[in-house]
Amino acid sequence: MMTADLHPAAVPVAITINGRAYELRVDPWVTLLDLLREQLGLTGSKKGCDHGQCGACTVLIDDKRINSCLVLAVTKHGSAVTTIEGVGAPGDLHPLQQAFVEHDAFQCGYCTPGQICSALGLIAEGQAKTRDEVRELMSGNLCRCGAYTNITDAIVDVMERAAAACGREDAA
Amino acid sequence: MNRFDYLRAATLDEAIAALSADPGAKVIAGGTNLVDLMKYDVAKPSRVVDITRLPLDAIEERADGGLRLGALATNADTAYDPRVKARYPLLASAILAGASGQLRNAATTGGNLLQRTRCYYFYDPGVACNKREPGSGCPAIGGVNRIHAVLGASEQCIAVHPSDMCVAMAALDARINVEGPQGPRVIAFEDFHRLPGDSPHIDTTLQPGEVITSVDLPPDDFGPHYTYLKLRDRLSYAFALVSVAAALKIERGCIAEVRLALGGLAHKPWRDRHGEASLVGKIPDRASFQAAADQILAGAVGQGHNDFKIDLARRAIVRALAQAAAGTPQSQSVKRVN
Repeated sequence: MMTADLHPAAVPVAITINGRAYELRVDPWVTLLDLLREQLGLTGSKKGCDHGQCGACTVLIDDKRINSCLVLAVTKHGSAVTTIEGVGAPGDLHPLQQAFVEHDAFQCGYCTPGQICSALGLIAEGQAKTRDEVRELMSGNLCRCGAYTNITDAIVDVMERAAAACGREDAA
Repeated sequence: MNRFDYLRAATLDEAIAALSADPGAKVIAGGTNLVDLMKYDVAKPSRVVDITRLPLDAIEERADGGLRLGALATNADTAYDPRVKARYPLLASAILAGASGQLRNAATTGGNLLQRTRCYYFYDPGVACNKREPGSGCPAIGGVNRIHAVLGASEQCIAVHPSDMCVAMAALDARINVEGPQGPRVIAFEDFHRLPGDSPHIDTTLQPGEVITSVDLPPDDFGPHYTYLKLRDRLSYAFALVSVAAALKIERGCIAEVRLALGGLAHKPWRDRHGEASLVGKIPDRASFQAAADQILAGAVGQGHNDFKIDLARRAIVRALAQAAAGTPQSQSVKRVN
């Protein structure tokens, strides 16, 4: 980050992103999304609408899915953020990423990082038990390709596999 | 977004002092509405006071059997709290009808109370708006007003309050605890949001320097007889055209108590005590619901594009009361109408 570009109002922010600790000075009006993309080069989180309406910017903040475009970065001092760069890796995909591939849920790919972060949050929340509930709780993520059916298939697939694995453990 | 000073408040007193010292200062918590308004240049705070460090996120039992929701409890925390789900399903249902998973994880109780209208003229600094620039005019009147108010509007403003959470809280007779330069005070939910009158730029009765600290839910138990019915242009993630929070107490086959609050129709969650009273002692049937709905909407005035809301609201009230009476509350994930 170029400190020369900073406004005198810049505020110290200690933030952990994908397991790496950062000590930054951030202008108060910088959103978490812009910090990630513009200052830290983490361009996986996408800027779609920039108004919390499309979900492309969804990241996990302290394990909760949140629209990073509506978060002032300075308010997340002390938090831990996970972006799509912190989920899986080429050749070692997260099961949800693998399921997106298998179900052709990627389509153009622009909304996908947000869809995956949102789905990770949804699964961790543990509130969705049915396909209808998955659809409802993914409604903050828009896909202009209309891949909703495939996205829902991928999420339900991962949830069912996890449930089946739990069942096997219970049986054992 | 304008440039502003930033204060990470360490104590409530520090936040109150900062807000009292600068009328242009604004509180930020979840930020889901304020940051959006700042991006549109609708909100231009001189200073942003971050209260997210304050210990105001608890959901606690109260001695009277009710619950206290901390101002910083997120909408998701509240909706999924086992005590809220068990004892205030109307509130949980209303919260889950609003926004998206991501927004509910960030948005807070206090912020939701202070959420501003989604009137598109208010959101567009390129046009006049009495709520944004007092005295500049209201292009929604005579303009595109499909989403606007049919109850309690004025010649200055026909914007509606956007919250779902607040509609349920109005029905539940919640109380709002605030702390300010003069100390703490309690505001009845009904007295918190204002009708526009000739000062639509003032949304609430919160005074300068005051911070919302919590919301108290009284212990009333409406058992299974509740519903939150939300009607909108798509099945999810949209503001209400009309919403109804309904709760009934039914004793020996008759209605003993009624709570009915309407969203999407007015500048605040709309309660009509006379309409509620008209149902007490009645058999919970379609005829009595219809009569109450007619009474509640008797004074409704359409603005042209939103004329449909009057009949939609009438039907929504009847359906919501029928759902509440039958103990078949509206699902917020399966929305098919049978």
